[in-house]
Amino acid sequence: MNIHTSQPRTPAETALIDAFSERVGDLPGNADVAIARDTAIEALKIQGLPSRRIESWHYTDFRTLFRSVAPFDAAAGSQPVAPLIAGSTVAAVSNGTAMSAGQADGVTFEKLSEKLVDGTFAPALATRSTDDLIGQINAAYVTDGWHVDIADGAELEAPLELQNLQQSGQGHVRFPVRAGRQAKATIIERQSGGEGEAFSSSISHLTVADGAEIIWIILRQHGDTSVQLGQFNAWLGKDAKLTLFIVNAGGKLVRQEVHVLAKGEGSDFQLRGINLLGGDSHTDVTMTVGHVVENTTSTEIVRNVVTGRARGVFQGMIRVAKIAQKTDARMACNTLLLSDDGEFDAKPELEIFADDVACGHGATVAEISQDHLFYLMARGIPEKEARGLLVKAFVAEVIEELENETLVEALEDILEDWLSAHG
Amino acid sequence: MLEIKNLHARIAEDGTEIIRGLNLSVKAGEVAAIMGPNGSGKSTLSYILAGREDYEVTEGDILYNGESILGLDPAERAAKGIFLAFQYPMEIPGVATMEFLKVAINAQRRGRGEDELKIPELLKRVKEAAGLLSMDMAMLKRPLNVGFSGGEKKRAEILQMKLLEPKLCVLDETDSGLDIDALKIVSEGVNALRSPDRAIVVITHYQRLLDYIVPDSVHVLYKGRVIKSGDKTLAQRLEENGYAEIIGEAA
Repeated sequence: MNIHTSQPRTPAETALIDAFSERVGDLPGNADVAIARDTAIEALKIQGLPSRRIESWHYTDFRTLFRSVAPFDAAAGSQPVAPLIAGSTVAAVSNGTAMSAGQADGVTFEKLSEKLVDGTFAPALATRSTDDLIGQINAAYVTDGWHVDIADGAELEAPLELQNLQQSGQGHVRFPVRAGRQAKATIIERQSGGEGEAFSSSISHLTVADGAEIIWIILRQHGDTSVQLGQFNAWLGKDAKLTLFIVNAGGKLVRQEVHVLAKGEGSDFQLRGINLLGGDSHTDVTMTVGHVVENTTSTEIVRNVVTGRARGVFQGMIRVAKIAQKTDARMACNTLLLSDDGEFDAKPELEIFADDVACGHGATVAEISQDHLFYLMARGIPEKEARGLLVKAFVAEVIEELENETLVEALEDILEDWLSAHG
Repeated sequence: MLEIKNLHARIAEDGTEIIRGLNLSVKAGEVAAIMGPNGSGKSTLSYILAGREDYEVTEGDILYNGESILGLDPAERAAKGIFLAFQYPMEIPGVATMEFLKVAINAQRRGRGEDELKIPELLKRVKEAAGLLSMDMAMLKRPLNVGFSGGEKKRAEILQMKLLEPKLCVLDETDSGLDIDALKIVSEGVNALRSPDRAIVVITHYQRLLDYIVPDSVHVLYKGRVIKSGDKTLAQRLEENGYAEIIGEAA
């Protein structure tokens, strides 16, 4: 049976496929890269954009939602933005072109375009699976990014901030990062856009070598007409620790995938997600975490604030392989629904083949407690401020887990800005 | 200062009438005790004074300094100086107690057109007030009322009352869940707030609290009405003979 042949192409599919023949001559890469690009666009041609009939896209019918593809615009470049944390080492990409990178001891930055030209990055362009739309689009069109190597044993004092700026137009970038053995670093992936119509994709690859500890923050602040596809792939070595913190605070149509493989014994993965959803936006966080050896742990906590007619999705899949005994994995998704027209779909899944594990998941949806609101107002706090305080409290519980005061304050500022714009 | 006139009120959701023609007058400087058996409408009265939306006033009026407050929301009433110490203070996860105090104090100051308090001045005031109530400052770093014992919650209420300096204090069963030591500390905190320009309404089931906060007037609430008023000896009579005698007299 072939389910892909019958549907006519949507305007977005046509635009994505047609643009390739126009762009291909200008895309960097050797013959291996060209083959990888070609394979990716062929897959897209055959499968088209995923509809709700594709299970992994069931709650985000991309074929229907993605109506208009912002065209490439050579003039859409912009200057790097001030980093989230002052003093960070910044490596920026704007409109699909790597600009400048700062300097830090133990860190090597290379432009991804160079690794496409010499072909060393070609194997990494392979897509994950047949439903890997983000991998397909990005492999076909990727132009640049930063390849980052953190030396074994390096403990970075200042955070690294990888900026992907797409004010308008279209761009596709990658950030491959290797954190060496026993390295320690905080990395901020800044997905930033303006008010113009934009379409971008960004894929990060993170290898956390044995004993390394990484805090990675994805901060997404896009405008109301911006479509973004993000994918974060990580591999954890022995005793490696990764805390991934995702903050979605803007964008018309967003899908952020997270795929983590705990493949070293004693490794630990922590996901904390904050989705601040307003307007008529659609935001999807889809995660798979694989526990494939003994004694690994993971915890995922996602908190969502939904206003207006916004819609959010969290799909979380924990896979525990047969040999992965003593796995401890927990997942929670809590939503604060502030409007009658908002919606949040949570789909937690456990796929467990080992028999000696501790795994669990839970999802809640709530409104602001009238009791709490009354209590705060009875102390003279006006209603709007009291509501803001309660929403902030709901999210701040997760932010405060970061235990880095500068980082906590910076993220709380972003939360307050969002609340004052959407409260 | 407080004038409640022929107040009728019901539960908004199901229409059950709780307050049925209540009259009460409390002057500035006065400490009035409201006593009554369970289900007489004591807590409902406190919520209605604070402006809780779950109750609907169907008749009568509540005047505060001569003006009706029925059209004001809870925050507006609080800004005018009305304070309710809750029988069951809410636990609010994620809001640090200190942060809450700062926001509440400054919201009221803004409302009165005063400058916001700077952190050092705020800390100084909180420290002083907490000390008088034998409260540990470490507690104030915790989320509001979360994990506080019954006694700690009541102390936290009185702490807020001290810091917000209201003009009309309504204490709803502040004695419930307190051991004798905590009761003394809380009562001393309340007594320290007695002043000629402040009225205090103490709602309680038992006379015990009134040994420590000695009232100027005592009012017995039954089936949503004040059925008897008197001085502090009325409370002693209730303690000795129970509510049945007075209810019988009024019937």
